[in-house]
Amino acid sequence: MEQVIGNISLLGAMPIFNLGLLIDGLLVGSIFALAAYGLALVWGVMSVKNLAQGDFIMIGGYITWTLGRLGIEPLFGVPVAMVVLWGIGWVLYRTVISKVIARDLFTSLLATFGIAIVIQQGLNLVFGPDTQSAHANLPIFSIAGGLIPIAATRIVGFVLAILLAIAVILFMKKSRMGQAIRATAQDSRAARVLGIDTEKVYSFTFCLNAAICGAAGALVAIVWNVQPFLGTTYSIRLFVIVTAAGFGNLPGVVAAGFGMGVFEQFGGFVLGAQFQQALIVLLLLIVLAVRQLQQMRVRQAVQ
Amino acid sequence: MSRTPIHPLTIGLLLLIGVGAPLLFPAYGNQVAVLWLMIVFASTWDILGGQMGYNSLGNIFFFGAGMYTSAVVQIGLFYDVGMYTSGARTTHIVFTTAQYFTGFALGTIAAGVVAALLAVATSWVVFGLRGPYFAIGTLGVAVAAAELISSWEWVGAAAGISMPVFPGAPETQKLFFYFLLFGLAFAVLVGLRWLYSTSFGLAINAIRDDEEKAEAMGLHTRRYKRTAWTIAAFFLGIAGAIFGNMTGFIEPRDIAFPTTTFNIFMILMVLLGGKGTFWGPVVGAVVFQVIKEVTWTYFLGWQFVALGLLIVIIVVYFQQGIVGWLMERYPERFGIRVAPREKEKPARTIGLAPHAEGAE
Repeated sequence: MEQVIGNISLLGAMPIFNLGLLIDGLLVGSIFALAAYGLALVWGVMSVKNLAQGDFIMIGGYITWTLGRLGIEPLFGVPVAMVVLWGIGWVLYRTVISKVIARDLFTSLLATFGIAIVIQQGLNLVFGPDTQSAHANLPIFSIAGGLIPIAATRIVGFVLAILLAIAVILFMKKSRMGQAIRATAQDSRAARVLGIDTEKVYSFTFCLNAAICGAAGALVAIVWNVQPFLGTTYSIRLFVIVTAAGFGNLPGVVAAGFGMGVFEQFGGFVLGAQFQQALIVLLLLIVLAVRQLQQMRVRQAVQ
Repeated sequence: MSRTPIHPLTIGLLLLIGVGAPLLFPAYGNQVAVLWLMIVFASTWDILGGQMGYNSLGNIFFFGAGMYTSAVVQIGLFYDVGMYTSGARTTHIVFTTAQYFTGFALGTIAAGVVAALLAVATSWVVFGLRGPYFAIGTLGVAVAAAELISSWEWVGAAAGISMPVFPGAPETQKLFFYFLLFGLAFAVLVGLRWLYSTSFGLAINAIRDDEEKAEAMGLHTRRYKRTAWTIAAFFLGIAGAIFGNMTGFIEPRDIAFPTTTFNIFMILMVLLGGKGTFWGPVVGAVVFQVIKEVTWTYFLGWQFVALGLLIVIIVVYFQQGIVGWLMERYPERFGIRVAPREKEKPARTIGLAPHAEGAE
């Protein structure tokens, strides 16, 4: 407890630390925002809540880490992970997801939970339970007279995440497929009537989401670290972000992603790193409770 | 499902199996004991998941809460808990026979009561949530509990607690816990059968079929949901207390709140056996326990991959479950009148109430 108060007073006494945490939070948050956008996409278009989202990220991370071990620059892991994850997404769509879309929501939740367990345990068997990190050979800058170190990898990750997000958003706005995806999200039946092959749209959306996760995972491996069982934490994080923002609300999802990054940096600094996971789960419960209070105002039922 | 209390013949058969099993298969005593625990898991999960249509991913919360409550009561009655957990590795603390059994009895009762109270408390948060939000919210409760316990020094944090040692021979201990678990499963089955035959059973089925309509008909849905959740929690708390003493060592992540093993087994067993049927969870538990023992023995290392695949396969291809499939195949055997062809399907359907935000 004293340590927590000490940390808070340290933040008060040294405002410059706040800036450092804020910058770090935003840099990390950009990756959350990217992956959360993928989750919101699948959620909105096919109303499948993908609980394996975090584990897709871990696959992308391990691909990048493997490339790094082979002596290839880890930044190349981003496109490679995207391609591989696209393929994995396609296989999973064919075998599992296409069969649960029309079913109730718990079915898809449980099916993706099963996929998550398979991926986690598979990664654990192949790569072992150790925490790994792919090191890109980039320097560490510092601003404010050396008080705030900023790793160049984080900046590269940030820029890449933003570029990817812009590319995806432009794709959704401009391209024919993007328009079809948005039409299906609005009303799948009407889209079918108007000649859109919704089956193809679903498959494309799921693969696109997997590829986005792959890119996010590659960035996670570069700026942070990967471990087979970290996937669940990412899934919960992304779920918190999307639930807090509402899945139709793209700017909200991006803002919540950044907010999550900043919140975690501050929370981790004040409470200590070992509370990070508990913090995320508590945040989930808080978000769900707040959402419920909002709905209570609308819904006056027999009590 | 007939809405009559359990048949006396069935009770006799259950007792016969329960008493006979450890005599017939003395080598598998532990596995059969765990099987009764699994039946408790599956049947209590089905109260909400099957009969009420609320799919919880966090029922394990009550199991762990019961386990820790009983541990704290059993130790706290005679020693200081903080001292006990911090000194567990250096000092050897012995409980006398009388101390052990009074502690165990009181601890088990306290476990059930505390779990039920926690259910009432959490119901305020989780029951405003519907569908997948309910599932994720309950999972959040269980994961949060595991994380908090593993950083709480007073109850041993992540290192766990060594439970008081059973005063007696290992054989007696085995039989003692076997019969406790069997008794619990028996009580759960008879109790639930009675419960489903009352108007309470009808009410929770109404909530599953259409919650808005049930509410419009004047059912106090919140009260029913809370009661069902509390009943499940009570039995799970007791199960946690017994299991904690049986294993002799408790620890937050893998034993008390195992969100990826026991927690998922519950759901899997119910889906495998048939959701929303009385005997489905029991059948599912038996089949699952056999599958699990075989894969654990022959695919060691890959067993969790196999588990994940099993989840996907059951959920995607075989969701009506064994009993559900039998009901579809031979409806007359289950006392369901089938209307002639081209008319409506049989009135009893298994599944969830339609969700407001479904895709189509």
